[in-house]
Amino acid sequence: MAPLPPKSRTAQRWIKPVAISALLLPLAKIGWDAFAGGLGANPVEAVQNRLGFWAITLLAVSLVPTPAKELLGVGWLQRLRRVLGVTAFAYALLHFLFYVGVDKFFDWRTISTDLTKRPFIMVGFAALLCLTPLAITSTDGWVKRLGFKAWKRIHRFAYLAAALAVVHFVWRVKADLRRPLLFAAIFLVLLAARLPGWVRAARRR
Amino acid sequence: MTRWKPDLRDADTTPEALYLRRRDFLRLGAAGAIGAAAAGIPLPASAGADDPAGEVLQTAATVNQAGGEKPTSWKSVTTYNNFYEFATTKEDPAHLAGALKTRPWTLAIEGEVKKPQLIGIDDILRMFPLQERIYRFRCVEAWSMVVPWVGFPLGELIRRLEPTSKARYVLFQTLLDPAQMPGQRSRSLEWPYTEGLRMDEAMNPLTFLTVGLYGRVLPNQNGAPVRVVIPWKYGFKGPKSIVRMRFVEEQPKTTWWRMAPGEYGFYGNVNPAVDHPRWSQAKERRLGDFLRRETLPFNGYAAEVAGLYAGMDPRKLY
Repeated sequence: MAPLPPKSRTAQRWIKPVAISALLLPLAKIGWDAFAGGLGANPVEAVQNRLGFWAITLLAVSLVPTPAKELLGVGWLQRLRRVLGVTAFAYALLHFLFYVGVDKFFDWRTISTDLTKRPFIMVGFAALLCLTPLAITSTDGWVKRLGFKAWKRIHRFAYLAAALAVVHFVWRVKADLRRPLLFAAIFLVLLAARLPGWVRAARRR
Repeated sequence: MTRWKPDLRDADTTPEALYLRRRDFLRLGAAGAIGAAAAGIPLPASAGADDPAGEVLQTAATVNQAGGEKPTSWKSVTTYNNFYEFATTKEDPAHLAGALKTRPWTLAIEGEVKKPQLIGIDDILRMFPLQERIYRFRCVEAWSMVVPWVGFPLGELIRRLEPTSKARYVLFQTLLDPAQMPGQRSRSLEWPYTEGLRMDEAMNPLTFLTVGLYGRVLPNQNGAPVRVVIPWKYGFKGPKSIVRMRFVEEQPKTTWWRMAPGEYGFYGNVNPAVDHPRWSQAKERRLGDFLRRETLPFNGYAAEVAGLYAGMDPRKLY
């Protein structure tokens, strides 16, 4: 059963602020754990992993509203699409900045080797690059400037970013592939959920 | 030089009357904790796990072979473990390893050896005087710690077993028991975990048959009841919870090597010049440090072990 759409004005008004606060909770939790010593024996690694986890998780969640509307008729999630996508990008960017400024502590030699010679880091960085134009063009102004059709096409890069992020995650682990493969499965389902819509659109043309 | 020895005496034992009232103390503590939380005072995470616990082992001598560096905290050493037999996360082995039964436990000695036999863990503990060795421990994942292990040189045991002239390598195997080791129910690695050393590596005085940590019986998540520590090699070369030592002619097919031969070689010597294909090995983060430090060739034990590899291509020694 699809969740009931919030009809009242109050719900309409509150949905975005509530969503934004919720999306900032993982970051707040990291801050709290850092303060209270809850990050374990290797806090740097813990923060790095958590930021990456939330980036890929929110990227997946940001791909839910459209098929939810197309297949299940749940429209109100559309209002959250932008904030979900932008937060996913924000976590990905923080993940990268944390790698540069904390994990590697501006060790440019290692960082440049990582970014040019190590596929594990390169695909992660490519995923971030894929998301960057989407974050920039997420405003109403950009939708108008590009035209909705072109804008939509550009924003399909989200699926490429998802694929790259999954490969990055696969290469991150040493042996246990269950979590990265779970994300691969989730993204495949989300992609498959878009297919009927795309087929219909293609026929109309 | 930092020396660490057990500093508890019988007189330090908690009086029985107090011991019997320990739950009252806990209740008091819990009330205090709730009060503190309500007052917004941050509390240390899981207080109590910070200090060494477990049965005390008597050690004859302590040697700091980590350049005098202070050991990493007991809490970090016992809560940050790569022990895939229990889980593939670092935190879960500490939660899951409690179920492992370390008594009775036998170590099977097999293969090219004049005295094949089964040795009980309590006999191992009595076989040689136990020593404490403070070693650097470097994981292939580029983190490291300093650990006060308790045990004795593996070479002393091997000499007593009298390997034959055909024994060129020694193979180690970890317990295979999915009922006790939940990680073995999934195929993350090929079980049982198999490791191996060349005979001269196994006989090197640094190679340590380990039964304890911080002067206590080895916690399960650290490889109880008996493991091997080879301080100049990456951590994966040190098999935990071993049940078998087999002397063989052929180089053993070790677990991580089978998993990814391009990433984990047979030798696994710490080498800052040879990167893991996915990350640099030039630096490492010592647990507790914010900044990474330079990784030392052979993890700082080049003087003791570099000779073992004279004439070999160092790039093949990862």
